[in-house]
Amino acid sequence: MVELLFRRLIQAATVMLAMSMLVFAGVYAIGNPIDVLIGPDASQAVRAEVIARYGLDLPLWRQYLGFLDRLLHGDFGRSFVYGVPVLDLILVRLPATLELTLSAILIAVTVGVPLGMYAGYRPGSPAARAVMAASVVGVSVPTFWIGLILILVFAVWLGWLPAGGRGETVRVLGTEWSFLTLDGLAHLVLPALNLALFKLALMIRLARAGTLEIMLGDTVKFARAAGLSEWAVLRHHVLRLIAIPLVTVLGLEFASTVAFAVVTETIFSWPGLGKLIIDSITSLDRPVMVAYLVLISLLFTLINLLVDLAYAALDPRLRRARSAA
Amino acid sequence: MTPEAVPQVTTHETPLRRFAGEFRENRVALAALAVVAGIVLLAVLAPLVAPQDPYDLAALSLRDARRPPGFVGSGGYTHWLGTDAQGRDLVSAMLYGLRISLEMGLLAGGLALAIGTAAGVTAAALGGRIGGAMMRLVDLQLSFPAILLAFVLSAVLGQGKLQLVAALVAAQYAYVARTAHGAAAAERHKDYVAAALSTPLSGARVLWRHILPNALPPVIVVASVQVASAISLEATLSFLGVGLPPTEPSLGTLIANGFQYMLSGRYWISVFPGLALVVLVTAVNIVGDQIRDQLNPRLRR
Amino acid sequence: MTDEPTLAVADLRTHFSTRAGLVRAVDGVSFTLGRGEVLGLVGESGSGKSITGFSILGLVDPPGRIVGGSVRYQGRELVGLAPRDLRTLRGREVAMVFQDPMATLNPMLTVGRQMDLVLAAHGRVRGPERRARCLDLMTRLGIPAPESRLAAYPHELSGGLRQRVAIAVALLNRPSVVIADEPTTALDVSIQAQILREMIGLVRETGVAMVWISHDLAVVSSIAQRVAVMYAGRIVEDGPVRTVLRAPRHPYTRGLLDSLPARARPGEPLAPIPGTTPSLLARPEGCAFHPRCARATELCRTLDPERRESDGHGFRCHHPLEAA
Repeated sequence: MVELLFRRLIQAATVMLAMSMLVFAGVYAIGNPIDVLIGPDASQAVRAEVIARYGLDLPLWRQYLGFLDRLLHGDFGRSFVYGVPVLDLILVRLPATLELTLSAILIAVTVGVPLGMYAGYRPGSPAARAVMAASVVGVSVPTFWIGLILILVFAVWLGWLPAGGRGETVRVLGTEWSFLTLDGLAHLVLPALNLALFKLALMIRLARAGTLEIMLGDTVKFARAAGLSEWAVLRHHVLRLIAIPLVTVLGLEFASTVAFAVVTETIFSWPGLGKLIIDSITSLDRPVMVAYLVLISLLFTLINLLVDLAYAALDPRLRRARSAA
Repeated sequence: MTPEAVPQVTTHETPLRRFAGEFRENRVALAALAVVAGIVLLAVLAPLVAPQDPYDLAALSLRDARRPPGFVGSGGYTHWLGTDAQGRDLVSAMLYGLRISLEMGLLAGGLALAIGTAAGVTAAALGGRIGGAMMRLVDLQLSFPAILLAFVLSAVLGQGKLQLVAALVAAQYAYVARTAHGAAAAERHKDYVAAALSTPLSGARVLWRHILPNALPPVIVVASVQVASAISLEATLSFLGVGLPPTEPSLGTLIANGFQYMLSGRYWISVFPGLALVVLVTAVNIVGDQIRDQLNPRLRR
Repeated sequence: MTDEPTLAVADLRTHFSTRAGLVRAVDGVSFTLGRGEVLGLVGESGSGKSITGFSILGLVDPPGRIVGGSVRYQGRELVGLAPRDLRTLRGREVAMVFQDPMATLNPMLTVGRQMDLVLAAHGRVRGPERRARCLDLMTRLGIPAPESRLAAYPHELSGGLRQRVAIAVALLNRPSVVIADEPTTALDVSIQAQILREMIGLVRETGVAMVWISHDLAVVSSIAQRVAVMYAGRIVEDGPVRTVLRAPRHPYTRGLLDSLPARARPGEPLAPIPGTTPSLLARPEGCAFHPRCARATELCRTLDPERRESDGHGFRCHHPLEAA
């Protein structure tokens, strides 16, 4: 297990290195790097000073190394718009995004997997058809439009839930959390649901496809022949067998959920990272863009690492094979 | 298709005809196909069927702005779905918006398919280190959410149709490449390809005649999903303001324009274009699902 | 009770309505099985022998359905029994072993866990006893070091051990009837022989009755007392193993015997049966075997032969081979 972890960590570092190159190429090389570092209204003298300080007259690979060096020291520069270090800006908003994302994934899994398993267990039944129809709409309807409709129905027409913001928060472990207060929870419901719907539909489809296939297989037939109840077959055999693809997809989808939070946060004025990146793109606040992309890549890499470890914990074949290798 | 690539058929039916026959048995899918065809037709014929040219600013009157569905405007005809903030007839704006959304979806989806298939099949045919490295790159990109990539690219490249298509293609080709590579690599390891490679046939010929035709079915399945998600992604980007310029309003732009009026209860400006988008994307996905189920041999009995 | 057979199958019909048409996979199968008896059910793939096994347990997947006939277990009718009653019967009264243990055992659960689930399903054996019962059965099936096997995952066992584990899982609740669907086919010949020996021993010891489904007459002859030969969804010949093997009355059985490598005379080629198993969609008129039969006449093409019997040896043929 330790060896596996070690190997994965080296892989993760490699991926991060590649990602940082891409981000460097994407933002620094395509755009004018000076614009990234100083405001457009800076004087000629400041300009020359910055070029010299950041070595922008050096060859590209030297520049990249310098960029990497600053990254490793947590120096992402200052935001043009807010005038504060970018890293602080991001760290303050990260918890809000994580809170939203994790709530969405929790909803998607706890609701989606049972529904999907049912749809795969009784594929022809009216309830299963209804679930599948809903899931087709769920993967088809763009997140942003669902968000609008949720606001329209629950905030504008019914007036049950607030249309935006985080509501009252509680300070725990040095950061603010919404889900610990009733008001905060009320503010969290709509955005979390909005962000969850696509993943929910995806979980339904995956769980259904897996269940459908496994129900036809010999494992289920053998378990039934031994007298296991349908519930035991689903609970102990089917769920265990579909868990691996579900975890894989969930890991991959976590990244895209964080990304889609950009959309949800914009619609619901949720003060997280997504809102920050949208603002930074429209105001050309490039240091914020760079920092966001690098940190998001880091987050994805970490999640992939966790998924791999979860794999090993879930699949006995992998566990023994890897520790033996 | 070359004669060799056509599978042996023992019944009198051609595979295509049997495919169509099975498709027809699913009424929902058939209805979805009809909806897609209807929407495409409406979008193509937009200049003929729309009651108003939404780009003709002279024809707009602010007196007609933000009127609810059923309002009879200064043009003397009924705005069945209401008007937007500029006094545009929403039906007309939607028809033209559909045109642009479809255009972007087909263009970006089609290009992503072509580039992805080419990349995937080439990597599979090359194999070894180079093919492996190509796919490593694709995998790396796949671990990065497509929407974020499209988002950053369209922000970096600036607004415009071509820039947006480029962003969408860059965000989507990797998925196709993975699919095509999977199928092509499986084919490459079969004995007959190895046998063909050992004959004087050129590598390109083997690639073209044997590997590509066998890699196509899964790619076809992905195709409809790609077009649907390109349309959806385009709408999302335009909604966030980094997609198409306001001079070329797609459905996403229309929805974005209406968002600010929603809280005051003028729902129609956002809701109806959104419904059109949802119906279109859902119908394409249903058709795609049916094709996938029919092509998936594991679900066949 | 004494003269009541453990299992009595009569005129069982299981049909599949598929897109291509109605498939009569099992079309009027009848046999009985006494206590401690082993019946070999032999046929080529597609003859309906496995579907017969699944039908007895009520485990036919849609679009298949038992459309007629009866399955009596100790006098109790199983066809049409409520799913709940059928469920409690499976594993405890009638159990089944499958061909491929790699596909039947759950790769994600340990052997012990899978055994425990099966015991828990019937709830008759509690906590510590369960473990003892598992270990005892594993020992009797010739599984070395059963303690450590309980903690193992299926992929960590050899093919032979896996199948023994699968057999143990099926026998855990001490059923009176076991339907064994080609349990040794996927194994090496030497392991096949070992498992066969152990099964024979187990049958003698416990008095469990068994339907041994196989395409291999040689295997069947070593374990079964009686044999039934299936062709196109029907039993075409049945009787004591020795009689049937020494003097088959049905040309199809003859053909099966002649195609056995062990039966061939040295230097002579094997004699495969000409033609192929008929599609169950287009079952030939009359006797289903007639297109492949050298003895077929106009009668065979038009009239389906009824079962005839002499001295417990039954066959469905208009022109049977000579009796011994």
